[in-house]
Amino acid sequence: MTVAKEVRTKIRSIKNTQKITRAMEMVAASKMRKAQDRMRRAKPYAHKILQVIGHLAKGHPEYRHPYLQEREIKRVGFIVVTTDRGLCGGLNSNLLKYTLHEIKKWKDKGAEINLCLVGTKGENFFKRIGGKVLGHVDHLGDAPKLTDLVGIVKVMLTAYMDNQIDALFLCSNEFVNTMKQEPNVQQMLPIVASTDVKLEHYWDYIYEPDNARELLDTLMNRYMESQVYRGVIENIACEQAARMIAMKNATDNAADLINDLQLVYHKARQAAITRELTEIVAGAAVV
Amino acid sequence: MTGTRVTLRIDIVSAEEAIFSGEAEMVFATGAMGELGIAPGHAPLVTALKSGNIRVILPDTKKEEVFYVKGGMLEVQPFVVTVLADTVVRAHDIDEAAALEAKARAEQALASKSSEIDFAKASAELAEAIAQIRAVQRLKKHLK
Repeated sequence: MTVAKEVRTKIRSIKNTQKITRAMEMVAASKMRKAQDRMRRAKPYAHKILQVIGHLAKGHPEYRHPYLQEREIKRVGFIVVTTDRGLCGGLNSNLLKYTLHEIKKWKDKGAEINLCLVGTKGENFFKRIGGKVLGHVDHLGDAPKLTDLVGIVKVMLTAYMDNQIDALFLCSNEFVNTMKQEPNVQQMLPIVASTDVKLEHYWDYIYEPDNARELLDTLMNRYMESQVYRGVIENIACEQAARMIAMKNATDNAADLINDLQLVYHKARQAAITRELTEIVAGAAVV
Repeated sequence: MTGTRVTLRIDIVSAEEAIFSGEAEMVFATGAMGELGIAPGHAPLVTALKSGNIRVILPDTKKEEVFYVKGGMLEVQPFVVTVLADTVVRAHDIDEAAALEAKARAEQALASKSSEIDFAKASAELAEAIAQIRAVQRLKKHLK
């Protein structure tokens, strides 16, 4: 009958959707593993470069690099890392909400806000609510290269050196575990002095070329880049994890829906049979 | 201490991955000021690297491992050598060009404030939602 047929079509279409969501879940799971792997591989560089910077800074206490100097904060820069695609639960909206909260805090203190956006979701969001955007990059794919990020980092670092911003923050999601991703705002500039290992006996490097500052500058810039790179990679791992969970939920919901509809279908089918039987019996009685 | 130890530890890392890590008898690299040969016990040194090969002489077998780096930094401590390799050739003007592109993208993104793509997407979503509501209503009517 018509109702039964309609329900059957509906069930079929839900089943198709379920197939898609299940496939997406599996794709996200494998991409997440790859992203996690990339995160792990990027770790040694950041670690080593920090060590070298630490040594250099210790060897030259008289040279305070601008990145280490704190100044009065009148303008703040934010690098906001979002995803390019949706279907990943509340990942982007949570991050953007958190970022807005952070921005508001600075605005209340009378600071001016400058933005640098990674990913189309952030772009669309700030297009709606407005904001001064200094740099933007999107469509980095699943395996972004450091080269893709050089531009935006350079923009923000130049802004810092030109006193256009006095502090720089990186807003991205932190990968806690597969089930949990947390929005996180990390201060990049000025570099927060970490609890230093105790000063060992004094020694200095030989520098080639003989200009420690230039080398330190290059190292600092590379460090900043690696930090942003890490943020972006971690955000991708978060995106895939969130998508995996979202798609798993969607698959489960589709299964529930199919169950309900199946019940409706059977009821309609049985009602039709009963009606037909009564009609036949009634017809026979008349004859 | 120096007498017994004849190898040094070398780590070659780039921002994207760890390339090599192990013991070496000797390391050769192309520094900004020229070729460097580093033996265990070398004085602490930091230098910029030009794009070129890093040659690592492995202990015992005397075999040579060669890695190509596109520039970067080299840090030497008496028994530890760290190569912070760049993944791409870096130069001031290339970086500048990338920065300009990022800026241009930002301006472009802001210029198209209410782009037509968004409108098209929104109307498509609306149509879909309406169709769904209709389907549900029809279903309910039939069931009653």
